[in-house]
Amino acid sequence: MIGEKGFWNRLRVRLLFTGPTLFAFLTVMIIPFIYGIYLTFTSWDGISVAHPLVGFKNYGSVFADSEFWSSFGLTLKYVLFTVVLTNVLAFLLAYALTKSVKGQNVFRAGFFMPNLVGGIVLGFIWQFIFNNVLVYLGQKASIGIFSASWLADPDKAFWTLVIVTIWQYAGYMMVIYVAGLTGVPADIQEAASIDGANSWQKLIRMTIPMMVPSFIVCLFLSLQRGFMVYDLNLTLTKGGPFGSTQLVSMHVYQKAFLSRDYGVGQAEAFVLFLLVAVITLLQVYFSKKMEVEA
Amino acid sequence: MHVKRQLGSAAKFVVLAILLVLFLIPFLLLLLNSLKENAMITSNPLALPTSFQFANYSNAFKQMNYLDAFTNTIIITAFSVILIGICGAMTAHYFVRNPSRLNQNTFLFMVASMIIPFQAIMIPLVKIYGSLDMLNSKTSLIFMYLGFGSSLAVFIYHGFIKSIPKELEEAAMIDGCSRIRMFFQIVFPVLVPTTVTIGILNVLWIWNDFLLPSLILVEPGQRTLPLSTFSFYGTYTVDYGPLMASLMLTILPVVIVYLFAQKYIIQGVMQGSVK
Repeated sequence: MIGEKGFWNRLRVRLLFTGPTLFAFLTVMIIPFIYGIYLTFTSWDGISVAHPLVGFKNYGSVFADSEFWSSFGLTLKYVLFTVVLTNVLAFLLAYALTKSVKGQNVFRAGFFMPNLVGGIVLGFIWQFIFNNVLVYLGQKASIGIFSASWLADPDKAFWTLVIVTIWQYAGYMMVIYVAGLTGVPADIQEAASIDGANSWQKLIRMTIPMMVPSFIVCLFLSLQRGFMVYDLNLTLTKGGPFGSTQLVSMHVYQKAFLSRDYGVGQAEAFVLFLLVAVITLLQVYFSKKMEVEA
Repeated sequence: MHVKRQLGSAAKFVVLAILLVLFLIPFLLLLLNSLKENAMITSNPLALPTSFQFANYSNAFKQMNYLDAFTNTIIITAFSVILIGICGAMTAHYFVRNPSRLNQNTFLFMVASMIIPFQAIMIPLVKIYGSLDMLNSKTSLIFMYLGFGSSLAVFIYHGFIKSIPKELEEAAMIDGCSRIRMFFQIVFPVLVPTTVTIGILNVLWIWNDFLLPSLILVEPGQRTLPLSTFSFYGTYTVDYGPLMASLMLTILPVVIVYLFAQKYIIQGVMQGSVK
């Protein structure tokens, strides 16, 4: 590429093109991230100017905080169920909607709908459904499982989060799988049909292996969203009943901003980062290994 | 064989249709109940409204300061998305056309930063910007969205710009066009489809975001739609009618846009995932 003449000209162009982006990126993401690591070694209360260094004491508190670990375990369970079920449903929908079906655009548009709406609103809508609509149905039609609100039951409240999450994201992942499926070349499908492969064999032996990139993207996105979920948790269950649905993101928020235990809260956020980073990198590493070329 | 296939596709259609109805029922229930009286909602949430309670809407509209919240959300979303698009495209273009080791490493660093969860940043973010007295301002929030959104934008633009031949750009530069003019007159127009994709992904995220604005915008007058819905719910929990109406009011703008731009939105999400 031909460049500008002279050091100052080059610097000016560089700053013009990359300056604003990099300045925002550094001051919003990187500096707070690094400063956050420093905060984990202090006992800052959120108000005072001083933040005395306390060494690894906060990390000790993280490991002793049984609520953190129970909310982390709950989050892992939540992530496991939502990632698997969302992706299975999304793939099936995409598979059904790439074969010629009447009105497939209407179907795609409809299944995608929940993604337009933020977690706050979705949580309130489903709170109404679980508390009023399903209870009404349960009592009128004597369906035992719905006769009392799921949101008031510590065992069932967790599943409301799983159900709403699947409902919200299946359409989004479906769109990504549709993109992947349409990318599978038709000629090799035909060649396989001529060789006598049935549709099940084609799906398992050809389509799915060739769609590994889509699976990587979808698993990455659903893992990330699963670990980060906050809005839905806040408005659907508020972490209740009796703290039975407090996912880790909500726990970190509570620890820092409500208990004013910023050092420990930040240490928990950092531990969360490390665990999520390891899980995500492992996922990407192993799925990359499975990728095949057409 | 032929009949069997037809039966199969009919069955598939029916299954999909049932699923679709199940998928959309929550929205339908919301609409129905937003038009009913409170007593009717609690006695039978499935019944059709007998009289239309538009007062629910005017109530919610007033009490959640809808106009302010809507304006705030529009301003924040529009400026953030425009900034992310322009700045992201310029940076990605610079990185692709000047592949020095520094630029390549900066690019990789930005991509890698995408695994940092927001929770790991929110506490120091509030502390730093609080001590600079920069909280409670839309400008700060827009700047933050640029910071959080730039990595993905640069990543997607980078992939696309690599595939554009650079001869045209070089010809323009030889003819004495400045780099900035060349970018906006030649490169940026070519990037329109990618910009639409990035815009859609960012609008979906920023319009509905709750946690970041809830930490930054403390004053009621600054609230965005998700924030004002949330606070309306917190202060108003007995009367279901206005509550349902407030939810309808919050999702209505997006649904209206979706009805017109549905094809582009779905395509945008598709494109965004492929790159």
